[in-house]
Amino acid sequence: MTFIDLKRIIKSGFQNFTRNSFVSLSSILIMVVTLSVAGLLLLSRAVLTTTVETLENKVDITVFFDLGANENVILDLKQEVDAIPEVASSEYVSATEALINFRERHQDDELTLQALDELGGNPLGAMLNIKAKNPEDYGIIAETLGDQGALSQSSLQVINKINYYQNEQVINRLVAITTGAQTLGTVLLIILGTISVVITLNTIRLTIYSARQEIGVMRLVGAGTKYVRGPFIIEGVLYGLVSSVVTMVLFFPITLWLGEKMSMFLGINLHTYYLSNFFQFFIILLIVGIILGTVSSAIAVRRYLNH
Amino acid sequence: MIQFVNVSKVYPDTDVEALHNVDITIEEGEFVSFIGHSGAGKSTLVKMLLREDRPSEGSILYKGEDINDFSHKEMNLYRQNIGVVFQDFRLLSNKTVFENVAFAMEVAGKPDEIIAEDVPYVLELVDLVDKANNFPHQLSGGEKQRLAIARAIINDPKLLVADEPTGNLDPASTYEVVDILKKINKLGTTVILTTHNTGVVDALKKRVITLEKGSIVRDDPHGSYIISKK
Repeated sequence: MTFIDLKRIIKSGFQNFTRNSFVSLSSILIMVVTLSVAGLLLLSRAVLTTTVETLENKVDITVFFDLGANENVILDLKQEVDAIPEVASSEYVSATEALINFRERHQDDELTLQALDELGGNPLGAMLNIKAKNPEDYGIIAETLGDQGALSQSSLQVINKINYYQNEQVINRLVAITTGAQTLGTVLLIILGTISVVITLNTIRLTIYSARQEIGVMRLVGAGTKYVRGPFIIEGVLYGLVSSVVTMVLFFPITLWLGEKMSMFLGINLHTYYLSNFFQFFIILLIVGIILGTVSSAIAVRRYLNH
Repeated sequence: MIQFVNVSKVYPDTDVEALHNVDITIEEGEFVSFIGHSGAGKSTLVKMLLREDRPSEGSILYKGEDINDFSHKEMNLYRQNIGVVFQDFRLLSNKTVFENVAFAMEVAGKPDEIIAEDVPYVLELVDLVDKANNFPHQLSGGEKQRLAIARAIINDPKLLVADEPTGNLDPASTYEVVDILKKINKLGTTVILTTHNTGVVDALKKRVITLEKGSIVRDDPHGSYIISKK
């Protein structure tokens, strides 16, 4: 194909696009629906990832020490814990720090603070928060801590309680529920997406069906396949281009609303997410839109070219 | 130039024989009119000639070569060398008058400068210069047909096929169209015309081939419209 052919084909595609404004509008509207579904899929994937990450971050092992346990012994134990290959980090919280943290957490809760004051002294022991490299490793770490052989005798004596097993079940269940809900949502969106893809294909097929006589005329004046197919493909590309821009614009107020009203519930501000991933988001929608437009045009013209 | 050699066409779904052993030779520069009742096979003949359909038997030769052996590329070239005009105009509705004519040149690979030069010239010939920027739906029947003719002759074809070109036109437009066809023929283009119109044929005083039920019943070198009553 020469440059002049390409220029003429592109020009002709643009003309078809602007001169059949009603047909173009309906194709674009239906494509915007499809792309919105694709966009929602992307957003829901972000929500899923954040939720699971947040939950996974909540999993840790806390070792509570006896009241008044010797700090040196605890720091020795911290070193031993850090030596376990599965441990990413550990954080020592002294009894005093634990009390300050507790007071901060309950600063609006007069009753609890009063009760604390009544007790006098510090009822809280020191703690060691342990983070694993992988969430799956918590089991192993917890077992190692419980294992007599792994830690020195003096360390074991100051350990009051290891809370892991209590949290584990709750967190696993939460992860399962979130994943389940999200999977269900994704499946629904994929079904919706498939339906709208089929409708888009069909809409574009119909617009070309109405042009089948023109295709016959083009053939009769000796137009080669590229001259007949080319402008329709360009039209398809334009549908994709315009639709993805329209969808991006639509997502601005939608995510703004979701960001304002649903951030607490979703655990992520979708508007911030949308803005920070704007370019990536746009590229994905653009590619999906252009592929959808081009492929449906190509399929449709092929049919009438072969007649 | 064009030869139909024992061409027969049977439409498989209806078993109707639309053409039966048609044997015609058309020389370069001729003006040949095909006449006959509806269903006599005139349109089938034109379809075969443009390879919109293929014969069941026999062959159609263009300058000695069977058009049914043409590759895609050869077919496009062949069609670029034939101008076609139809009763229903078959214009590109999304394109202006100018663009409709230019399109036929574009697909033939003509450069933009030649297109810009030739199109106004041909539009002048069919008296459509003032309507160059109009769309087909803004034209009258006669104007549409003149546009179709302009498109048909823009590539300077060796052969012009006009299938019932006056079928949808009033008498005044009919004579305009026939006049243009005569002019084109005088300039050396072979013209093949199918028509119902007695007046047109009688006025032409050119070769007339009469078709009946798919067969040639008369081939008159300076014919008038003679056709058996149905």
